Amino acid sequence: MDFLNAIVAFANFVFVPGLAYGAQLALGALGVTLIYGILRFSNFAHGDTMAFGTMATILVTWLLQSWGVSFGVLPTALLALPFGVAATALMVLGTDRAVYRFYRKQKAAPVILVIVSMGVMFVMNGIVRFIIGVEDIGFADGERFLISARTFKEMTGLDEGLAIRTTTVITLVTAAISVALLFWFLNKTRTGKSMRAFSDNEDLALLSGISPERVVAVTWIIVAALATTAGVLYGLDKSFKAFTYFQLLLPIFAAAIVGGLGNPLGAIAGGFVIAFSEVTVTYAWKKVLGYVLPDSLAPDSLVQLLSTDYKFAVSFALLILVLLFKPTGLFKGQSV
Amino acid sequence: MSQTMRNVVLFGLMGLLIVGTGLIQGWNLALTIVNMGLISGVMALGVNLQWGFAGLFNIGVMGFVALGGLATVLVSMPATPGAWSAGGIRILLSLVLGAATIVAAVLVQQRMEKGRMRSVATVAILVIGFFVFRAAFDPGVEGVEAINPASSGNLGGLGLPVLLAWPVGGLLAAGAAWIIGKTALGLRSDYLAIATLGIAEIILAVMKNEDWLARGVKNVIGIPRPVAYEVELQQDPGFIERAASFGLDPVGASTLYVKLSYGVLFALVLILLLWLAQRALNSPWGRMMRAIRDNEVAAEAMGKDVKGRHLQIFILGSAICGIAGAMMTTLDGQLTPTSYQPLRFTFLVWVMVIVGGSGNNLGAVLGGMLIWWLWVMVEPIGLWLMQVITSGMADGSWLKDHLIDSAAQMRLLTMGVILLLMLRFNPRGLIPER
Repeated sequence: MDFLNAIVAFANFVFVPGLAYGAQLALGALGVTLIYGILRFSNFAHGDTMAFGTMATILVTWLLQSWGVSFGVLPTALLALPFGVAATALMVLGTDRAVYRFYRKQKAAPVILVIVSMGVMFVMNGIVRFIIGVEDIGFADGERFLISARTFKEMTGLDEGLAIRTTTVITLVTAAISVALLFWFLNKTRTGKSMRAFSDNEDLALLSGISPERVVAVTWIIVAALATTAGVLYGLDKSFKAFTYFQLLLPIFAAAIVGGLGNPLGAIAGGFVIAFSEVTVTYAWKKVLGYVLPDSLAPDSLVQLLSTDYKFAVSFALLILVLLFKPTGLFKGQSV
Repeated sequence: MSQTMRNVVLFGLMGLLIVGTGLIQGWNLALTIVNMGLISGVMALGVNLQWGFAGLFNIGVMGFVALGGLATVLVSMPATPGAWSAGGIRILLSLVLGAATIVAAVLVQQRMEKGRMRSVATVAILVIGFFVFRAAFDPGVEGVEAINPASSGNLGGLGLPVLLAWPVGGLLAAGAAWIIGKTALGLRSDYLAIATLGIAEIILAVMKNEDWLARGVKNVIGIPRPVAYEVELQQDPGFIERAASFGLDPVGASTLYVKLSYGVLFALVLILLLWLAQRALNSPWGRMMRAIRDNEVAAEAMGKDVKGRHLQIFILGSAICGIAGAMMTTLDGQLTPTSYQPLRFTFLVWVMVIVGGSGNNLGAVLGGMLIWWLWVMVEPIGLWLMQVITSGMADGSWLKDHLIDSAAQMRLLTMGVILLLMLRFNPRGLIPER
């Protein structure tokens, strides 16, 4: 019984939250990795692209809510998501046209593109703050729990409860669908194949008649969709705040690099590695250990390796370790 | 127009902006802008050293600035009575223990033959070392933080003159830069950027959470000043007399006097660093740096130690940022770790360097002053702009209220637009590299 309790406590506080956070990071990291693979630079504006997409989705959600439209037990934001994606896609395509294309034509060094993306980051951050403000915005509606901790306790008779939040399930399902679609697109369709060819060897791809502008445009649209989805899922799970999304840039980059920049499979793995290490290192293990260990060995302290505020430090320590010992990441990524 | 003339004109225009601010909005604000502008100039000089001279993409400026701020507390605050005996010594010893663990792990990595044994040994040393470290460290922290937690609860400082904190801030930042450079400088530009961004975030996390060090988010206030206090000046009959002879009231004159004295100190530091940087740029060392920046492979083939030189300039540039950070905390008179934001302390400094002209020291200083002036002035200008735009709208309409409320968010937008326009149309900056 104690053992079961320990497993449930572990699942409730570590496994399930880690899974949801990992899925959100993985979607974010996929966007970063695609840009790196096709456009060949690290896009520092990615966090703010996520913020922009989430903002657009929130605005549409509010509009739908004011019309009295709802999605039953699911959050209304899911209905608004396609509109958010469309708005973000238009925005990033516009940015590409106005800003990035000039440097692409010049064949500017990647580091110049990174600095340019810093400028884009400033502008997008400013636009988001200008339109929606800097406050915390919760926009999740519908049913909060699929199974609440109390129902679970009553059902199983255990001391520990396992709460399954609706947003967690939505996150996992949406992330799985998005990833499946992405991989189907990259592996089965003509455009997807031309994207992979472009990423592997630009010159050869150009020789075989692939239109670079088309590949770039498709990439931006996919990235907009991924970023918006990731942002909305994160916002539903926690809440929306412009500054938090800017900070998400750090774990997202860590996930993309740990997995191997330019490798979509690596981005997903990296997202979960980063998420689980953040959660496990900063979780106070006292409760779980208290169930598993005999009474005489039960710990007095919290058994927390590092305080929760160090979660960024964890992802970066991992990042540095990977960069030092396996610079191409866990899955072989590009190292240009 | 010759280059010198152009520089004189540009700095003259900058001066005019400041004078204009003084005439329209008051000298108090103008001097505040000048003081922070001088500090920004120092920061830009540091980043220019790394990016302009050597092409190193460091976006962890915030971390070094924060370390400089930490140095002010550690040097100038009085020591907390009893803190050293309550656990301070224990903390220091356990930190040495932690460092020894890492050194041991690195030694194992270097000395043992590659294989499973080496990995196991490294991991074992690190894991055991971590728990031993925590066992030694935690009681010490508890002891120190228990001392009068409402007002201190930290080790306090050495009680030395605060001006000494400026070079110490530089040294602290240089030390951190040495560790970072040793691990991360071999990386490609993008990776180095992300690594430095993360390390800055870690430095901030440590400063926010380790209350025994500088009270964390509870802030340290009342850092001693290198200049006179307003209250003392207002009670000094000689000062009141002199103020009256300029036609100023004692209160206004004392604030101006304090700000001017800060300004003089900062200007001295800036001029000294600028002179040193100019000497470095025009020396054989500076030419070698630019040769390495422009073509690493060729420079290496000529027998230059690329890695060593990169480490050297990374440390120097970071040290300058640390000095600027110490100056800033001295000016504020308090250390508030939550006020360090990457947009403000890393990316804004980058805008300064790029707008001013990367690779040119004078350009970096001009960019620092100009962008800081803009950063402060965008808010009133944005508010005015919004009032003009919305003047036709009905009072109380939500759009009007929203636009006026959001005027404060114009800053980031403006900085981004300036950076993008500059990169597109004048990528070499206002005062380009020669």
